[in-house]
Amino acid sequence: MFSIVRTLWLVFLHTFRKRVTVQYPDQKAYLAPRWRGRIILSRDPDGGERCVACYLCAVACPVDCIALQATEDQTGRRYPEFFRINFSRCIFCGYCEEACPTYAIQLTPDFEMSEYRRPNMVYEKEDLLISGVGKYPGYNFWRVAGVAIGGKEKGQAERESGPVDLRTLLP
Amino acid sequence: MKSLYTLASVLGILFGALTIASGLIWLERRLLALWQDRYGPNRVGPFGLLQVLADMIKIFFKEDWIPPFADRVLFVIAPALTVVTVLMSFAVLPVTSRIVVARLNIGLLFFLGMSSLGVYSVVLAGWSSNNKYSLLGALRAAAQMFGYEVFMGLSLTGVVLQAGSFDLVQIVEAQRHLWFIVPQFLGFVLFLIAGLAEMRRIPFDLPEAESELVAGYHSEYSGMKFGMFFVGEYLGVVLISSLVAVLFLGGWQGPLLPPLIWFLLKIFVLIAFFILVRASLPRPRFDQLMSMGWKVMLPLSLANVLVTGAIVLANRS
Repeated sequence: MFSIVRTLWLVFLHTFRKRVTVQYPDQKAYLAPRWRGRIILSRDPDGGERCVACYLCAVACPVDCIALQATEDQTGRRYPEFFRINFSRCIFCGYCEEACPTYAIQLTPDFEMSEYRRPNMVYEKEDLLISGVGKYPGYNFWRVAGVAIGGKEKGQAERESGPVDLRTLLP
Repeated sequence: MKSLYTLASVLGILFGALTIASGLIWLERRLLALWQDRYGPNRVGPFGLLQVLADMIKIFFKEDWIPPFADRVLFVIAPALTVVTVLMSFAVLPVTSRIVVARLNIGLLFFLGMSSLGVYSVVLAGWSSNNKYSLLGALRAAAQMFGYEVFMGLSLTGVVLQAGSFDLVQIVEAQRHLWFIVPQFLGFVLFLIAGLAEMRRIPFDLPEAESELVAGYHSEYSGMKFGMFFVGEYLGVVLISSLVAVLFLGGWQGPLLPPLIWFLLKIFVLIAFFILVRASLPRPRFDQLMSMGWKVMLPLSLANVLVTGAIVLANRS
């Protein structure tokens, strides 16, 4: 009997508590920088695409929502001809980001991507590509990779010595 | 002229009761939210008040489905019966000394009779649905009504003894100097509990216990037929609150403010209390409910009648 009255009183005291509701559209919740939301493709500091179309993200994707086709420009630099993510399938697991060797594909703190028509959930490369570097400023895959592309020969990358002529080592 | 006044008060009370009852949809959700550290519906209109309208429109446009296995006639009558029996009780309710539809000298008995009739709607709904959960809910409702109707009447006997009348207006007049909640505190508590059980609200909502019986007696109901049960329940809340106000809290009487405001204020406090009870208390097991009704509440109300009667007799001689 006493416990019932006590319960009533304790519940009544909740009148003066702070509300826990976040009034969403007016008042947005804090999203951490590493929050796994809408997927983007970033660019390196020079403005070139980071993606080298290695297909690792498409392989890592557990729901097969990433489709791309690799191609090369005249200088031998690989890039995706098309890059398509079907966000109606995507589960935002972040495996693509983990698999990416060039920090190109990244998940961002944004989840407000509802659509009225399902086909609109399919994002093409121009929808995915952003102009910035995303979470990794200053990183440029081609500047540290030992591959020769247009404008950069072997041995010209950062912290890389020139190629060794094996014949000079012969006794 | 007199008939015009009666007509006006009939329509006024009908309109008032239905408005307050539908407003309760909003009030209950807001208050429950308040006590659960939430906001509740606050987006539609000012303070979310138009939520009532939105809910009404929604429920009117829902499919009105009568299951093929149901007993059609009873199935349709049952929800109407809920609302009708509760609305009939409003006829004897004195809002102020002058706003009363029918001043019966047996007003209190009329209310008890009508609330007993109310159980028919639940039993018929459960029976005509032809569904085992509905029937179980109806059985529970019937048993619960038996158990709680008895001491509901007995808990009011103390008030009647002190006021010397079944007429609700006279009962209020008798509280001019002291509200009956003071000398009849036990009766007040008993009537509050019986009223909760009568309205079939949490914690006495075993007839519809959604965690055990789907939705109990109204499992098969949809659309506005379900809405009628809903409105009936909220009308019941308003009715019991007004009756508690009339019988124990001095009705329309109070200093400074006009009588109508006092009456509405008292109803509002009581409704808020009923919602607080809903927000805090869990549902008992059915045998606990029954044993509490018969073994605790009934003897207590009998003792209350005995003591009150003795005191009234002693004062008279």
